[in-house]
Amino acid sequence: MSAHDQHDAHGHHDAGHSHGSFGSYMIGFGLSVILTAIPFWLVMTGAFANPRTTAIVIMAFAVVQIIVHMIYFLHMNTRSESGWTMMALIFTIVLVVITLAGSMWVMYHLNTNMMPQMQAMSPHDMSQMP
Amino acid sequence: MASVSTIDPAFLDKDGNPLFHLAEEPHHPEGSSTMLGFWMYLMSDCLIFACLFATYAVLGGSYAAGPGPKDLFDLELVALNTAMLLFSSITYGFAMLSMEKNRVAATQGWLAITGLFGLAFLGIEMYEFAHLIHEGATPMRSGFLSAFFALVGTHGLHVTFGIIWLVTLMAQVAKKGLIPANQRRLMCLSMFWHFLDVVWIGVFTFVYLMGMLR
Repeated sequence: MSAHDQHDAHGHHDAGHSHGSFGSYMIGFGLSVILTAIPFWLVMTGAFANPRTTAIVIMAFAVVQIIVHMIYFLHMNTRSESGWTMMALIFTIVLVVITLAGSMWVMYHLNTNMMPQMQAMSPHDMSQMP
Repeated sequence: MASVSTIDPAFLDKDGNPLFHLAEEPHHPEGSSTMLGFWMYLMSDCLIFACLFATYAVLGGSYAAGPGPKDLFDLELVALNTAMLLFSSITYGFAMLSMEKNRVAATQGWLAITGLFGLAFLGIEMYEFAHLIHEGATPMRSGFLSAFFALVGTHGLHVTFGIIWLVTLMAQVAKKGLIPANQRRLMCLSMFWHFLDVVWIGVFTFVYLMGMLR
């Protein structure tokens, strides 16, 4: 009886989750290798003369790679757990964006507006803000 | 009483009076909510990392006249480290595929390989940290180094606990086999492990690669 119950529980449990297949894991892995190798290559060889261009390109690669990992390794979709995992993810992304963008924005303005004596120091100290 | 008769019979007791609560708790199979709960945990962990990334974004340029990323980071080592974590992700995927086919030995084998890649990652990271500290680039040196060690160290600590968890689960599988409870645990660790790889994408892009561009 208990074996039967466990089997039922397992069947139920699997319904909400796709594990992916060998093929989908390999696609995810292949894409990840490419999406990792290109940013490293760009920075190590200095392919773009302008560091700002390189920064934007490697950030774009990071975003794409995170999405690839989410789909092929974490098996994210809009259906699992009736969409609650996706809702939690969207909520978290909103909080992460507010935390990161808010901190950088506020501290950048704080640094440029409230520490006039810092301007006289070496550009080394002030150049880091985006 | 006309309004009562329009109520769904499921919400009426046997005398026809409306019920304001469920007579019986709906039955949920054991562990049916574990995956969603674990996902919530991962999302809260994600917020911890967001705070550490924000701290690094703010302090990452405060060198206090000390060494900067260009003086300290070795991109080839970071690339090797990234490869280790990426390989461990795909081998964990293979462990999950073997688990689905109910192959205990193959699952254990892939888990062991995943653990070894994880240890290689940690070993390289410890070597890097030891090298930095030996050069005097300790967390106490500057705001940049404090934020760097806090962020990368927290990630490394997660990997360490992931490996401890992995070994624990290997012992569980060796003792009890791939029972549903163990399958559920392995799926939680799978999400944790792949999540750490996602965080590492942020670390190598934002800390190491962007650091070299400054």
